Amino acid sequence: MTTQPLRSQTAPSKDAQFTLPDHSPDADRPLASSYEDAIKRFRGPRILIPGRIKLNIAVLIDNGNTVPISIAVIPTPHSLSNIESIAVFSERNPQHEVIRLTVEPGHSSTEVASRIRLATSQKLIAIANFEDNTCCSDEVDVIVTLAACLEGEG
Amino acid sequence: MSIQTLIDLPPSIMRGALIRIRVSISHPMETGYRRSSEGERLSRNIIKKFSCMLNGDLIFSADLYPAISANPYLSFQHRAARSGELTFLWEGDGGFKHVERVIMSVQ
Amino acid sequence: MISLGLRGSLRCRLSRILIQRDSFKWHALMAVFLTCVFSCSQAQTVHSLPTAKPQDARLSGFEFMGESTRALQLDASQNPAMLSVREGEQLWSARIGSKQAACQDCHGNANESMRGIASRYPAWDGAIKRPVSLSHRINLCRSRYLGMDQSLIEGPATLALEAYLALQSKADRITSVDDPNVLPWLENGHRLFEKRIGQIALSCADCHEHRAGSRLGASVIPQAHPTAYPVYRLQWQSLGALSRRIRGCFSGIRAELPEPYSDPMVSLELYLRQRAAGMPHEGPGVRP
Repeated sequence: MTTQPLRSQTAPSKDAQFTLPDHSPDADRPLASSYEDAIKRFRGPRILIPGRIKLNIAVLIDNGNTVPISIAVIPTPHSLSNIESIAVFSERNPQHEVIRLTVEPGHSSTEVASRIRLATSQKLIAIANFEDNTCCSDEVDVIVTLAACLEGEG
Repeated sequence: MSIQTLIDLPPSIMRGALIRIRVSISHPMETGYRRSSEGERLSRNIIKKFSCMLNGDLIFSADLYPAISANPYLSFQHRAARSGELTFLWEGDGGFKHVERVIMSVQ
Repeated sequence: MISLGLRGSLRCRLSRILIQRDSFKWHALMAVFLTCVFSCSQAQTVHSLPTAKPQDARLSGFEFMGESTRALQLDASQNPAMLSVREGEQLWSARIGSKQAACQDCHGNANESMRGIASRYPAWDGAIKRPVSLSHRINLCRSRYLGMDQSLIEGPATLALEAYLALQSKADRITSVDDPNVLPWLENGHRLFEKRIGQIALSCADCHEHRAGSRLGASVIPQAHPTAYPVYRLQWQSLGALSRRIRGCFSGIRAELPEPYSDPMVSLELYLRQRAAGMPHEGPGVRP
């Protein structure tokens, strides 16, 4: 039994017709001082409309080191606007920023997912900014348990 | 371990379909908060940015923070309008840069 | 449990009648009698060789974990262990060492030659005359035939190859230990499984046999069947062999850690394999 081969895989093209963007690793990402501050800064002046997105996460988490999350847009008759960006913030991690996802104009994504670390039981919020200058959020309360046995570096 | 990636696209893609693209890459995502057994702080080593381009145009990007688990996984969607070359770029601390290219055929 | 045979009770009554007039002698006799009785009850706790449990009483650790973790294991494009499997697949054909040889030179396609391999290990190695884990076997092979540096014990390359080979065992049943050569290690493994060790003085059986299904803190205690190794443990955020998991347990109960590839280690791995005989291997899995 071989591994599932990558679909549509090919050798890298030798002549790229564009230059890759250059994101220098520096301090261009100032961190928010509090959970509320992080939410406020991402929202900006946008009008908050309740509903419209869902933050999916298990209520009781097996292990806080690797927690699958997904954020989905709930289709509504009024919401035809595309998502511009989604941010997830944590209430009690050492840093409040978790991830920020940006969908470029003209492209659409109604569901995004990743795996995150949660230091302890806390609130987690996903905020979506839409192209029509509105935003919405979904907040969840999660319980994170520690492993029963504390292992060394074995 | 040498850098490994998992890139998943649907086997056949119809024009106009909203497809799911899923990517993983091997990376420790060291938070910068942990200490070694000698008590020294382990310096931060994370992937900071993921970008996905189609024929050179940016279609999706993500800013990652230490709260993202090791071997970071991302799933996003794309409305397939035309065939082309998808480029996946991961960048991070210590000049980390990794590129994968995949041809996407849209029928 | 004290068993009083008919003969024993008669003896007791007779001795009370005979020494009624001398209470000191009676007390002495009772002391001797009770000592014999307790010795017999101790003898009843010595275990014979393990017999197979009823199939339906055994559950893989998969059954004890949350739905999202199970989903992670089942989806090959999400299972983080697959990153190591891909590396193992590349290493299988990579030319290394002074002879610039590769695993596939002798073993050909792993999906044919290595079918079910992980479900047959630990197994006897005739050259060093002891059982070895799959990880040890990979290392021995690479150092003997590919000229690899033996100092890379349980290194990332060995682990990646082990993950790739474990994938070839997916859905195969773990086989029973029937090689008489390994019997002393199997018996040792059984003894170690039952032995209380460490500062916290717990045995493997205390948790994984007698309390499987109940909780230690907030974690559900699994039955400790090696059905998905090497495993991507969420707690580690990396892949690890069964030996890493065993060392983690020893560390948790504050016991001295067994050395990699040592006799205690391979004895335990052998016993765990026998205990899980007949259960399906899941390929490299995910655990909390």
